[in-house]
Amino acid sequence: MKRFHMKIISLVALVLFMIPGLCHADYDYIDINNPFLRKIPIAIPVFSSLPDSKTKKPVLKKASDLLSETLKFTGYFKMLDRGAFLIDPDNAPLITPKINFNNWVSIDAELLITGGLSKKRNTIVMELRLFDTFKGKRLIGKKYEGPAGDLRQMIRRFCSEVIYHLTGNRGIFNSKIAFISTGSGNKEIYICDFDGYSPKQFTNNKSINLFPAWSTDLKYIAYTSYLKGKPDIYIKPLKGNHSSVIAQKGINLAPAWVPGRFELAATLSFSGDQEIYLLTGTGKIIKRLTRKWGSDLSPTWSPDGKKIAFVSNRAGSPQIFIKNISSGQVERLTFNGQYNTQPDWSPKGDKIAYSSLQEGKINIFVVDVKSRQPVQLTFDSGNNESPSWSSDGSLIAFSSTREGSSRIYIMTAFGTDQRRLLFLNGEQTNPKWSPNFNNE
Amino acid sequence: MRKNLWIGLVMLFLIPAFLFTVSCAQQEVTDTTEAAATEPEKAPDETATQASKEVEQPTADMSAEERATLAARNMFLSEDVYFEFDKSTLDSMSQDILSRKADWMRDNPAVVVSIEGHCDERGTNEYNLALGERRAESVKSFLVDLGIEAYRISTVSYGEERPVDTGHNEEAWAKNRRAHCLIP
Repeated sequence: MKRFHMKIISLVALVLFMIPGLCHADYDYIDINNPFLRKIPIAIPVFSSLPDSKTKKPVLKKASDLLSETLKFTGYFKMLDRGAFLIDPDNAPLITPKINFNNWVSIDAELLITGGLSKKRNTIVMELRLFDTFKGKRLIGKKYEGPAGDLRQMIRRFCSEVIYHLTGNRGIFNSKIAFISTGSGNKEIYICDFDGYSPKQFTNNKSINLFPAWSTDLKYIAYTSYLKGKPDIYIKPLKGNHSSVIAQKGINLAPAWVPGRFELAATLSFSGDQEIYLLTGTGKIIKRLTRKWGSDLSPTWSPDGKKIAFVSNRAGSPQIFIKNISSGQVERLTFNGQYNTQPDWSPKGDKIAYSSLQEGKINIFVVDVKSRQPVQLTFDSGNNESPSWSSDGSLIAFSSTREGSSRIYIMTAFGTDQRRLLFLNGEQTNPKWSPNFNNE
Repeated sequence: MRKNLWIGLVMLFLIPAFLFTVSCAQQEVTDTTEAAATEPEKAPDETATQASKEVEQPTADMSAEERATLAARNMFLSEDVYFEFDKSTLDSMSQDILSRKADWMRDNPAVVVSIEGHCDERGTNEYNLALGERRAESVKSFLVDLGIEAYRISTVSYGEERPVDTGHNEEAWAKNRRAHCLIP
């Protein structure tokens, strides 16, 4: 009996011990309601060479700068100026007993990341640690080893750990952005990493290609193309060549994948009216989703796959509506302005981003699905179109003509930190953020 | 001076006469490789770039009748129908143009046509692609109502993807909100 008690007690102790590990987070670092209002001051000194190597300063600086830029991209942090650091820049201590946390607290750093790097021939070893400077405590410690070409991947994995620790979400570091660029002289689809790195051309058919959409498993992109002289939908695998085509009479427009399924919604007009249909991933019609005379287009799924938001001109001007698929009930979502289009349902399900044409300019708004209260995110900066949520709901990609030609920009979900994503020839439009590829 | 005025006046009556005395001649002149010897029929400015691909210039060896036939065909191809912002309805001017197009199609029963629906750059690409189709379809149904067989008319929407004027002002937008006929 006594022994049984002991067992229970040790079990409880074990569970208690595990709880902090399970929920993994002190959520007080980041205010969920508006995490971008107060950025966390973070210090990232230049990495040090690990004791067994003599890794050169430029290599160390490049790696630490990449870490700093990658974390800054999230919008959560205020990167502290290295010039203000109270340490010997050539000999920054890496681990807890050697770090004088007062040096960091006194310059208002709340978080500190130290890095040790060893580069020998083509192999790198990297030790990265995240500290809470006020508590004087290490929060994360990771060691990575691999070919030198994997440095960026290692840094992204560590950033993912940091964001997971602070927010409980893996972040965006394995996501990509598809967009349209006219650099080749035609509207072709391109794909780049979440931070604009490594853009690559995805279509090359010298036609007009529009409206890319990622399947949830990241294996396909569906898009509209004029390859055969009219707008048809192509469902093209990211690896391999066998595309499926939806080429009904009339328009085949703006596909949207059902979350977690090999099915998509798209506007087809073969019936003589522009209606949204549910189709298989190979392009076979499953059923019709909208039933109203006029244009019904631009479907976007709620994350649970139970509803679509879409654009309809049934009320006289283009407005956004929500349809419950099983009940068939339709509700109007937008009431301000005469031209509200391009809805994109947030990954958390509570908000829908869209673009609104008012007084001759298009701007991006986010509307709360329950309260239907819209909030304007872009102001006085050309036309701002095609909002697309990042997979964690923290950022929004969009296109803007604020610098003349249309380019892709990123902002936080609250409209702060608006910046250009990448530099390419031609005009870029129609960004679509992919799900985060979770391979960890 | 007075002589010039007379020539001008004669031309003023003569050219429309050529345009409207078109008979049922179905002859299609496809040989355009020979350089045009006479001043080409001037297409309206707003469609100049696009029309040049489809409108054929008269050649030196053409008879007056052939020229008239070609002029009518060119007019069918070059006269676009224009729309108000976010509208696909046809005003009375558009209806007049389309009535002439229907006449021409009746006179040329072997011809099948394609109608392109276009939009200006304002608004968003997805909606404009849908709107362009409604414009093209509205032209098609007007022609069908005038007795043209539906199978002779196909439609395609280009939304805002193919502007004739790339300007960013009302003048350019007005030219771009159009339905354009071509003979594929």
